[in-house]
Amino acid sequence: MAETFSVEVRITPRKGILDPEGETIARALENLGYEGVGAVRAGRLVRLEIDAGSPDEAHSAVRKMCEELIANPVIEDFEVRVEEGVEEDA
Amino acid sequence: MKFGIVRFPGSNCDQDVFRAVTEGLGREATYLWHKSHDLQGVDVVVLPGGFSYGDYLRAGAIARFSPIMREVVQFARDGGLTLGICNGFQVLCEARLLPGALVRNRSLRFRCVEVGVKVENAETPFTSAYEEGQRLVIPVAHGEGQYVADPATLDALEASDRVVFRYVDERGLATDAANPNGSARNIAGIINEAGNVLGVMPHPERVSLAALGNTDGLGVFVSLARAVARSDAEGLTAGGARPAGVGS
Repeated sequence: MAETFSVEVRITPRKGILDPEGETIARALENLGYEGVGAVRAGRLVRLEIDAGSPDEAHSAVRKMCEELIANPVIEDFEVRVEEGVEEDA
Repeated sequence: MKFGIVRFPGSNCDQDVFRAVTEGLGREATYLWHKSHDLQGVDVVVLPGGFSYGDYLRAGAIARFSPIMREVVQFARDGGLTLGICNGFQVLCEARLLPGALVRNRSLRFRCVEVGVKVENAETPFTSAYEEGQRLVIPVAHGEGQYVADPATLDALEASDRVVFRYVDERGLATDAANPNGSARNIAGIINEAGNVLGVMPHPERVSLAALGNTDGLGVFVSLARAVARSDAEGLTAGGARPAGVGS
């Protein structure tokens, strides 16, 4: 029976790709007097609800969506996390 | 011959391209609606600048899945001349017709400025009207124009003369100061392996009319018209001898 899963996708600039936004945040923190801040990477969070038969199924469905649209693998890494059973179908 | 200009929701340089083609070049142009599946028999497809689909998700990411893009991708794969300007370049990268990607300018600022652009390869259907090494002045207007690709891809592009345009200073040197967005190796425009798909961040269509005080960009459209005329001539003589003088 299909369940609705809440899935979170975290997208970050791929290693080796410059992240000007992250660098700017790091500089601003430094200007504000925060010490000890190392590398800062800024990304994007996409949360979606999806009907699937199992957490694994939800995971692989969203993974496919990431590869095709949600992320651009040329410049971005992504991480898919499934939170279980938000709302069960009656 | 006819140029087709794709209109996505959010395209805003479509009319500039139309006028560059019809007034600057004196050829026919037509708009291609994003929801259509009909390329109307055009000889050249232009993906114009703008903010297709509001640049949501990533610039060009949603436009890539527009209905018309199915035909555009097929047209390009079949060797059809395809030009992507600014947002159009971003769409071509997202559609994987060109390698790499365009990300946020290193300065994080939207840059709207005239830049020096050097023609690195004048032996393409998009640049034959220029001299190799010629320096043009063409405006850029973008927030996401920093070209990135892995070093192997960059090396391959350079080794095969596929870097067609580069940002340069007044002396023609590809310096950091001349680079408006932090693009890898000052890359402003690249061509695909087959040589029929060009992506370029600067806007040649904005400097293609004498009334605008600069026609440095017109050569792109002149080159395309020549390339189409040449392939038409070859088509007419297919199987026979090529008439002397054609293609020069």
